[in-house]
Amino acid sequence: MSQIQYKAITFTLNGKEVAASIDVRESLADMLRNEFGMTSVKKGCEVGECGACTVLINGVPYDSCIFLAIWIDGKEVTTLEGLMDEEGNISDIQQAFIDEAAVQCGFCTPGFIMSAEHLLREGKRYSRDEIRKELSGNMCRCTGYQNIVNAVEKTMEKRLEEKEA
Amino acid sequence: MYDINHIYEATSVEHAVQLRVEQPQAKIISGGSDILISIRAGEMAGCDLISIFRLDELRGVTLDEDGTLRIGALTSFTHLANDPLIKELIPVLGEAADAVGGPQVRNIGTIGGNTCNGVTSADTASTLLAHDALMELTGKDGVRLVPLTEFYLGAKKVDLRPDEIATAILIRRENYQGYFGHYIKYAMRNAMDIATSACSVNVKLSEDKKTILDARIGYGVAGPVPMRTPSAEQAVKDKPVSADTVEAFAAGALEDVNPRTSWRATKEFRLQIQGELARRGLTEAIQRAGGKVS
Repeated sequence: MSQIQYKAITFTLNGKEVAASIDVRESLADMLRNEFGMTSVKKGCEVGECGACTVLINGVPYDSCIFLAIWIDGKEVTTLEGLMDEEGNISDIQQAFIDEAAVQCGFCTPGFIMSAEHLLREGKRYSRDEIRKELSGNMCRCTGYQNIVNAVEKTMEKRLEEKEA
Repeated sequence: MYDINHIYEATSVEHAVQLRVEQPQAKIISGGSDILISIRAGEMAGCDLISIFRLDELRGVTLDEDGTLRIGALTSFTHLANDPLIKELIPVLGEAADAVGGPQVRNIGTIGGNTCNGVTSADTASTLLAHDALMELTGKDGVRLVPLTEFYLGAKKVDLRPDEIATAILIRRENYQGYFGHYIKYAMRNAMDIATSACSVNVKLSEDKKTILDARIGYGVAGPVPMRTPSAEQAVKDKPVSADTVEAFAAGALEDVNPRTSWRATKEFRLQIQGELARRGLTEAIQRAGGKVS
C-alpha cells in the first residue's frame, strides 16, 4: 500500500444531494454506514448472498456490500431511512411487516423491505411465486418467508387498490 | 474495506485499453460480483484494478445491419432477461440469464464478466456456446473476434490478451434464426446457487417438424470449462424426431462430457444428471420448435 487513494463524489441520498471524499477501497455499504449513519444497511454475509445490505440505486435493488462506493458518483440511492415520511412515520410496507409478524430478529428486514419496495413501485400485480422470486436474493434465518410474502402481498394489493381508486 | 492497492477508472474503451497497456498487473472489474468476493477472500489481496463499470456504451443489446445480435459486454443479467430483442430472437439466453443468483446479483453481474472469468458454471456460457457466439475483444491494435469455443483455454483461463478488454458478444443471424432452445440449470436451490450441472440445447426442425436439421448442446460443469458435446450433435443431425433420437442424443453427450467429483457432487451423480439434462433439454427444445417426441 503506497498511499491511500481518495475520490470526491456527489450523489443523491434519500432525495438529498450529498458529497463525500471517500477511500476508494470502501464498499457502498461501508460508506453509507460510516460516513452517513445509514445503519439500516446491514452487513450480513458481505459477499452478496444474504441481501441484508440491499439498497435501491436509481430505483433498482443492489447488494451494497459488493458495490464499490466510487461507483455511486452521480447516482441516486435509497435506503430504508428514505422510506420515512416528513413527520418521521414509517411507510406502509414497514407497517405491514409489523402487522404480519414478518420480523423476528429484524436483521434481514431492511434488506427485504428495500427489495419489496422495488417490486411495489413497479405497480404490477405479482403472484406469490413471483414475489418469492423477487425476494430470492434476501435470506431470513429466523422465521421463514411465509409472513414476509404475506406482508408484501398485502401492501401490493393495498397500493394497487389506491391506484385504481 | 476491500484490500485494493489502486483503482484506475476507465472513461472510454480506448482509455481502458490504454490502462491495460500501462498497468499490466491490474485486473479488470466490471460489476465485481466475482472479483470483490475474491478480494474479500484474500485471493487477490493488494491488487490493482481497472474499473470499466462506467463504460455505459458497453451496456445493452442491439441488432447489426446483417442481423448479428450484439450484446454489450457490460449488459447485466436482468437487462438480458427483459430485453425485447433477446425475448424475440433468442429467448433461451434471457432464461439462462434469469437463472443467475438472485435479483441483486442479476442487476450487477455482467455477461462479459461471466464469460471472461472463465468458470465452467457460468449460467449464460452454455447457451452462448450452443449458438456459436463470438467474443469481440478490443485491444491496442483494434478488434479481434474469437469463437467462444476457442476463447476458453482452461479453468479460469481465457484468451484475453494483456492489452484487451471484452467489448461485446456477437451471435450471427444464421446461428439463432430458426432455432428454438431450452436451458436447464440443476442446482440444490432455485435461487442464489451455483449449478451442479447445466445444459442448453437448441434445435432447428424441418418444415414438417418431423426431422432434426440441426441440434446443438452446451454444458456447464461438465468439464473444466463450458463445453459443446459434438458426439451428441452428430448423433441426431438429420434424424427423425423420436424417442430413439433423444436417447442417441443423451448417449452421445455422455461420450464427450468429463465431469469431476467436487464438494457439490460426485462425478457419477453429475454423469447421471448430464444424460438426463440432454434428454429433457432436447425434448423441450423440440416442443418449442413445434415438434413432438412420440
